[in-house]
Amino acid sequence: MAENLLLQALSGLASASSLFLVAAGLTVIFGVTRIVNFAHGSLYMLGAYLAWTLVTALPRGPLGFWGGVLGAALLVGLIGVLVEVLLLRRIYRAPELFQLLATFGVVLIVQDLALLVWGPQDLLGPRAPGLRGSVEILGLRFPLYDLFLIAVGPAVLGLLLLLFHRTRWGTLVRAATQDREMVGALGVNQRLLFTSVFFLGACLAGLGGALQLPRESVNLHMDLAIIVEAFVVVVVGGLGSLVGAFLAALLIGELHAFGILVFPRITLVLVFLVMAVVLVLRPHGLLGRPPEAPPAGAGGAEPPLRPAPPALRRLGAAALAAAVLLPPFADAYALSVLTEMAIFVLFAASLHFIMGPGGMASFGHAAYFGLGAYAAALLAKWAAAPMAAGLLLAPFAAGLFGLLFGWFCVRLSGVYAAMLTLAFAQIAWSVAFQWVEVTGGDNGILGVWPDAWAADPLAYYYLTLAFCLGATLLLRRVLHAPFGYALRAQRDSPLRAEALGVDAFQVRWLAFSLAALAAGIAGGFFAYAKGSVFPTALSIPRSVDALLMVLLGGVRTLSGPIVGAIAFTGLQEQLMRLVELWRLALGAVIVALVLFFPQGLAGAARAAYERRHGPAGA
Amino acid sequence: MSEVMERRRPAAAGTPMLEVRNLEAWYGESHVLHGVNLEVHEGEVVTLLGRNGAGKTTTLRAVMGLVGRRSGSIRFRGQEVINERPDRVARMGIAYCPEERGIFASLDVTENLLLPPVVQEGGLDLDTIYRLFPNLKERARSQGTKLSGGEQQMLAIARILRTGAKLLLLDEPSEGLAPVIVQQIGHTIQELKSRGFTVLLVEQNFRFAQTVADRHYIMEHGRVVDMVRNEDLAASMDRLHEYLGV
Repeated sequence: MAENLLLQALSGLASASSLFLVAAGLTVIFGVTRIVNFAHGSLYMLGAYLAWTLVTALPRGPLGFWGGVLGAALLVGLIGVLVEVLLLRRIYRAPELFQLLATFGVVLIVQDLALLVWGPQDLLGPRAPGLRGSVEILGLRFPLYDLFLIAVGPAVLGLLLLLFHRTRWGTLVRAATQDREMVGALGVNQRLLFTSVFFLGACLAGLGGALQLPRESVNLHMDLAIIVEAFVVVVVGGLGSLVGAFLAALLIGELHAFGILVFPRITLVLVFLVMAVVLVLRPHGLLGRPPEAPPAGAGGAEPPLRPAPPALRRLGAAALAAAVLLPPFADAYALSVLTEMAIFVLFAASLHFIMGPGGMASFGHAAYFGLGAYAAALLAKWAAAPMAAGLLLAPFAAGLFGLLFGWFCVRLSGVYAAMLTLAFAQIAWSVAFQWVEVTGGDNGILGVWPDAWAADPLAYYYLTLAFCLGATLLLRRVLHAPFGYALRAQRDSPLRAEALGVDAFQVRWLAFSLAALAAGIAGGFFAYAKGSVFPTALSIPRSVDALLMVLLGGVRTLSGPIVGAIAFTGLQEQLMRLVELWRLALGAVIVALVLFFPQGLAGAARAAYERRHGPAGA
Repeated sequence: MSEVMERRRPAAAGTPMLEVRNLEAWYGESHVLHGVNLEVHEGEVVTLLGRNGAGKTTTLRAVMGLVGRRSGSIRFRGQEVINERPDRVARMGIAYCPEERGIFASLDVTENLLLPPVVQEGGLDLDTIYRLFPNLKERARSQGTKLSGGEQQMLAIARILRTGAKLLLLDEPSEGLAPVIVQQIGHTIQELKSRGFTVLLVEQNFRFAQTVADRHYIMEHGRVVDMVRNEDLAASMDRLHEYLGV
């Protein structure tokens, strides 16, 4: 038994090494550029693929193998430079979430490019020459290569610390991590510094991926699998802290290794549970420090919310008339798309409610959408309840969990808050995925059909439209009520708001719960529209969808989420139908939007309107 | 228009080292500078005086390229720099010491001192710097933020003397310091002047300003509204009182 535990611990250390390499790159890049690089997992995946190509193409033997691994790491570094120069360099001043959106566009592009180049099948790499066998530890065999990996982590940590503390470049990086504006004013070329930091970070990710080659097959799911864990490691360790990332990687690696032994049923929850506990106890991670000042030039002051100008009112009325009058002439497919659009308009508006006016980022808004959907579906499955009961329970269930999770999340700010929302969403997802007896696990819950009176797609569409649009307009109304003023005041300056008697925590908490409740309504309607619920309803991609909708439409306008939800749903639907490489196309569209419409679609429309007519509503 | 102005200037003054014309600057939506005009000649110590929010700090930041948007003209040794990035401006030989001092907390004193790249010859060497600021030598291995306020201020000035930059933009070096330290900083500025440095100084402390400066520009509402030579100061006291409310 003791031998088993030791081996398990060693294997945990081995997987911690790769995780550390990726997380180290992520944390270094974030420290200097303040960019949360979603595409870091893609760089890791590219490292593995490129290593496979190089190692199989080069002559066999140690030189071919290690040359291939290092070559892949350097190539990935160059790809990182390409991404930095072509894309990120242009958006360093954009709001944090916008940068996240851009890097997510890169994720989509890389996924399809990898599919094009290497095909959909898993690729198996050769074993490492000289490290093929295994050693005997306490009578049990342990792979030699894993022992080697265990040594790689601390070695890289040591080299990085030397680099950062013993070289001029390292001094510049440490200075820029603290105050990049001052570094520039002292005559240091920041562009070169940022690009070189990105090169190093990308190399580390590439190396992490390349070193996995002898351990596991290379596939197209590596990117999202590692990026979520790397985020967890970086956040648990403390953003920007290398040693923190190392400790957190060990923690997460061991957690995985022992989680399987001790709690095989809740392995997935465990990691996020630990992250949630760490963030609640230490809001800036194990070794992180609270930021000294908000990054300069990030977005600037928010413009005030104004009532819709007449032109927009007319446009809205026309859109509403179309949404009411045209569907009787639509076919079943169009109706289902329209129903989905109505649902996503509310889903996006609920996220925008906390993100825009509330100033809180959420990476896990799908949790409340999915909780609403599951509440409705579970009630239908286990109590055979009528549809109305399910639709009624959905917002209450989502709102209750919003109260519970929100109580923790709204205490934090920025990326940490976003990560905690992600952790709670992942916990909810893991429960839906692993509690098979109740939720059906991956098979989901089927047969969630509307009652007879709403069974006709057209009738169900009108029902959805009425409730989702009504809830969206209510959210909008709240923003123009005193509660909305308080919400925006605490976003702009928590201190000043509190000095005026606004209880910032309570306002944020209530707003968070209200948004969760609204997402729950959308989720309930979604369950009955699809006739089934799967864990994907509360997965990360669903949360990202919501973020995309809001950012695509524009965070700073109230109509943004509405425009964004319609545009995104339509775009994705059409792309998936017409284009084989729809991820590539969607990614390219996102990147183009970030570069050319940094205000979002609605924001760009408003800017164009104001250029012609002067400030709207003035 | 600007050519006419150039011809009108007395030839004896020569080309100014720094010449700012119609400088406007914005932070986001708010328009902060509304057409600043000033010039600084080689070897001069010039102060910007004015009340809070008059635009003194923003003028320095705009020269360095640290504001969101700016327009007008900033010429350094005759060369236009209005469209240059901060690091390029620094490399042309303008050094900046901000009000909040900009000491890097995670770096020690030596690392802070050696951080700015040398941009041209003629900077002070480390020995000279340590002779000017003996405290810094004693604390060479201390972390940047473990220093006292006065030591931080000295470090912030000291590190830009190494680079060879000849024009120093100092933003309120006397702020929040004990009188004896303020005096010491005054001596330092005089010493720098005698070594050929040119200084543009933002000050609230009027008494301190008159001990070090050759000329004073008065700023109000984002404009330079007056200029007083140090030797005319006594005669202009009433005017100054009105501007500054001292």
